[in-house]
Amino acid sequence: MNDATTQRLDNPNESAPVNKAISTNKSRGYWQGVALRLSRDKTTIVFCVILFLMLLAILFGPLLSSHDPFEGDMMGRLKPIGFEGYVLGTDELGRDMLTRLLYGGRISWFLGITPVVVAFSIGGLLGVIAGFEGGWINTMIMRITDVFFAFPSVLLAVAISGALGGGVFNVILSLTLVFIPPIIRVAEAVTTSVRELDYVEAARASGASNFIIIREHVLPNVLGPIFVYATSLVSVSMILAAGLSFLGLGTKPPDAEWGLMLNTLRTAIYTQPLITILPGFCIFMTSICFNMVSDGLRSAMDVRT
Amino acid sequence: MIFYLLRRILYTIPIALGVSLICFMLVHIAPGDPINAIAPPDAPLDVVAQLKHEYGLDKPLPVQFSIWLIHVAQGDLGHSLVTGRSVWEELKDAIGNTLRLSLVAATIGFFLGSVFGATAAAFRGTWIDRTLVALAVTGVSLPHYWLGMVLVVIFAVLLNILPAMGAGPGGMAWIWDWEHMQFLILPAVTLSAIPMGIITRTVRGIVVEVLNQDFVTTLRGKGLLKSHIFTHVLKNVAPSASAVMGLQLGYLMGGSILVETVFSWPGTGLLLNNAIFQRDIPMLQGTILVLAMLFVSLNLIVDLIQTTLDPRIKRS
Repeated sequence: MNDATTQRLDNPNESAPVNKAISTNKSRGYWQGVALRLSRDKTTIVFCVILFLMLLAILFGPLLSSHDPFEGDMMGRLKPIGFEGYVLGTDELGRDMLTRLLYGGRISWFLGITPVVVAFSIGGLLGVIAGFEGGWINTMIMRITDVFFAFPSVLLAVAISGALGGGVFNVILSLTLVFIPPIIRVAEAVTTSVRELDYVEAARASGASNFIIIREHVLPNVLGPIFVYATSLVSVSMILAAGLSFLGLGTKPPDAEWGLMLNTLRTAIYTQPLITILPGFCIFMTSICFNMVSDGLRSAMDVRT
Repeated sequence: MIFYLLRRILYTIPIALGVSLICFMLVHIAPGDPINAIAPPDAPLDVVAQLKHEYGLDKPLPVQFSIWLIHVAQGDLGHSLVTGRSVWEELKDAIGNTLRLSLVAATIGFFLGSVFGATAAAFRGTWIDRTLVALAVTGVSLPHYWLGMVLVVIFAVLLNILPAMGAGPGGMAWIWDWEHMQFLILPAVTLSAIPMGIITRTVRGIVVEVLNQDFVTTLRGKGLLKSHIFTHVLKNVAPSASAVMGLQLGYLMGGSILVETVFSWPGTGLLLNNAIFQRDIPMLQGTILVLAMLFVSLNLIVDLIQTTLDPRIKRS
């Protein structure tokens, strides 16, 4: 970075209209451009803030709550929203809803995000290898991927989870398997397009090893699009993970988890309909926030998939 | 063209084999000896041994797979552990119910999605566009099983105008009259949310792209009426849009398990749910296999139709 740029960054008064700064300031990097576009995208910021607040709530909320998430009061079952001492009422076993929703968020978020992170690492790696190597390695990886694509994602998740049986680990395992193939496809497609570019050719001509080419020239250019795609899967993953718990394939009672809570509360749908749908609202809020943030990232990073 | 179609059909065979392999493996990834998935737990040892031999479980895996595949090809999907009836018998009626539900849901989703998508594109940049796009994102982000519960709360609990669960009187017999149809409305609307969202986004994207192409500018320059331009745009949008719709129909059929559970709709989803609950692995395996095969065939049909509709598609 030359002195002029450093000065301009340090001295915000000088960078007059912002959109002009993007086009004229050639030395501003790609990521700075992305950050700038994101900072001007109000919708995305709002949803980012909501997500952050939800994260704070599920991390620290349970510590502040005076109720126990597992201890119910048989006399105080299904109290309405706003009942004294219970801000969001109580569930079918008389447990405080707010406390359980906050606790439930921990498992739900964990179940929703972990599979995408794991699938991003494994699928990204396999996809980049397939795209970079080409030939029979590509054919092998991509044809196996095709087979997994022959299952609707919900069906595949239910099939694997159903055969393995319930449990947190099995939910993560089955959802990871569901998300690896689509990530491989995206990673393979972007890598194939990067591989043919001139600078990769130049690096090869100057004798760089495959490892160096992938690390220095391919990864920096493909990780962004793969990452954006992976973030768009978080929303689906949250819905599916809670859905598996809803079917009784995730955590087991008395654990607090949004999907499971939604299922056990179904018995109360005629007595306390509002309380019954609360856990689902949490799933929906999380899912729509992740979707909006992912959309914002996509346009800020100018990714087309 | 013929060559392409033939190749596309041939290409489906290894996919179908792979799908069968995954379904076959379901029994083997289930915890415990696979024989426990076939024989009831209280079966005497000699019966277990005989069953093991019959199913070839004493043979190496590849041999077992071929034996299983031959059984499947003859329509023998095994027997339910719970009812003892053949899996196919149990599946037959359920598939009909799932198909009926997903077809109605798909129709609603496709109709709304196309109208919303085209409208959003026509008014792009305005508040109409923004509202419809927001609606689409909501449709995609909704946990559909929760949407189902919310609709039950509104229409069955609070307003009490539609039934909350089941498929109407007369068990499996279905008639297209109001008595039965009212049971279909809530689950179908619930299921249609996702395709509505996805198709709105897709159609909007394609229409915006087509509207920006030179030939549309030319048509405008010629002074063609808006409705005529629309016909031209529609012709260009139809093939890719129909492909997305076909795929969505497949996702609905495979993905209706959660919604069917919410509404106790007697389809494959409820069957799967019961199979999971009772750890009835043959039932689970058979249902998944049939649904996945339906999805594979649907993909093939969509591809063939798309190629016929749009001669520009010549994929390598």
